[in-house]
Amino acid sequence: MNSQREFVAALLDPERDCPAQLTTWNGSDPAVRFAVYRNNVLSSLVDALAASFPVVQQLLGEAFFRAMAALYVRQSPPRTRILAEYGADFADFIEAFAPASSLPYLADVARLERLRVRAYHAADVAPLASETLTAALAAPDRLRDLLLQLQPALGLLDSSFAVVSLWAAHQGSLQIADVDPHQAQSALVLRNGLQVEVIGIHQSDSLFIQALQAGLTLGHAAEQAHALNDAFDLGTCLAHLLRAGAITHSAYNHQRQLP
Amino acid sequence: MLASPTHAANSAPALRPLLPCQAGIGLKSQHYQQVLDSSPAVGFFEVHAENYLVAGGPFHHYLGLIRERYPLSIHGVGLSIGAQQPLDLNHLERLAALLERYQPESFSEHLAWSSHDDLFLNDLLPVAYDTATLSRVCEHIDQVQSRLQRQLLLENPATYVEFSNSSMDEATFISEVVRRSGCGLLLDVNNAYVSGINHHWDVHAYLRALPLHAVGEIHLAGFAEDRDAAGDRLLIDNHGAPVDAAVWLLYTEVLQLIGATPTLIERDNDIPPLEVWVQEAQQAQALLQRHQPRTRQAQP
Repeated sequence: MNSQREFVAALLDPERDCPAQLTTWNGSDPAVRFAVYRNNVLSSLVDALAASFPVVQQLLGEAFFRAMAALYVRQSPPRTRILAEYGADFADFIEAFAPASSLPYLADVARLERLRVRAYHAADVAPLASETLTAALAAPDRLRDLLLQLQPALGLLDSSFAVVSLWAAHQGSLQIADVDPHQAQSALVLRNGLQVEVIGIHQSDSLFIQALQAGLTLGHAAEQAHALNDAFDLGTCLAHLLRAGAITHSAYNHQRQLP
Repeated sequence: MLASPTHAANSAPALRPLLPCQAGIGLKSQHYQQVLDSSPAVGFFEVHAENYLVAGGPFHHYLGLIRERYPLSIHGVGLSIGAQQPLDLNHLERLAALLERYQPESFSEHLAWSSHDDLFLNDLLPVAYDTATLSRVCEHIDQVQSRLQRQLLLENPATYVEFSNSSMDEATFISEVVRRSGCGLLLDVNNAYVSGINHHWDVHAYLRALPLHAVGEIHLAGFAEDRDAAGDRLLIDNHGAPVDAAVWLLYTEVLQLIGATPTLIERDNDIPPLEVWVQEAQQAQALLQRHQPRTRQAQP
């Protein structure tokens, strides 16, 4: 019989009796003391979520956020020992959380914040030397066969809501009253040096970058983006990536295995 | 019956520098730049291992720079040495890589458990002090020391409950763990005080019953105060307040017993401004300077 299994079940379920075999020197009810562990587990994990999702907390207010996060913790306790990884599906939980349904954009704000945490801790990869890129760009006839690898920190979010503006409004760089939350926006999240940046991009830019991430050539990726929106501007999109050192490797696709 | 003693032959401490017999503080991300800019006068920094088990980014950038200038202690909070299940070998491998990268002067973990199946509870949960736990904890420590090729300092816990199936007291349990596994002791004086109040122990006798020869580091921290169901004092080890006067007093008693020993002022909640934290470390430093360090005996 595994007594730690019983201990864990009681930790996560406040309705359960505290584990057998607990004693106290003065014969007082051990449940009061066991509650210290219950509280430590819950509050430390809620704190971890609050640290990773500060704008979600600001949008909901601290009391609402903590009550919601506590339900999530009990339903989805960490399956990682690294708290920076905790909350990977918090946005999905929020999306299904009826009491927060009056803020339909909340789940996407959580997805954006999750991308920021991921970007912050992602592996360090040196950006491609600028000479290499300059050389590549100087050979326009071969440009469409160029394969670009991007930083592991880079993340994208296509939202039906104004996630980038909502996020910016909570950094003090926009007035929240000026934000129409129902305007669809795409976000590019990347780490520029030590700073995580959130950049508003067009959905076609997002599609282009996703195509690069999937290993498509620059030519194929740009074609897909143009098909989505013929105003797609390859130059602006590449400039975003170059400025942030987001391109890490380049090569030409010589194989042409695909039709 | 008692399991046969595990041998420390594979886990003999490698020859490596120890922490200086000075006062150190925790390293928190909000202080990275200020530490680099102001080079505060502390003897070492301590970090939680699990915060640095990430691939890259600012945490590694700053820890690398600060580690070049200060001795470092890496303090694990997620190995779950007291768990009834086997150690997570993947976690141990990640720890090994972290220690390889930063070459800390000290590595410590807790006499506690924090995970079950694949769940991580993020708290240091208590164990019963019985023979089954004893052999399990020793096996786990042996496994850790063999993999890391270094001595682990095991921290005495702060606890709120005791177990009816314990067959020995905490100090006896810890002494046996140290004897069998060859690990060292991270003596958390606040934890000793907190547990002493919470379980009505004689903390002075408790300290003297510990394997004091094996202490490689001391922790000092603050606690919060509550009451149990009988209205008796219940202290909570919350790392969110300055060190209590009673703990400072106990610390001077410990220094008289074991001499100057590397001492960390631990703080994980309500992090104070760096200057305030450094000042508290200087309070420990002043006490340390009144005592000679005694050479720690390497375990055979």
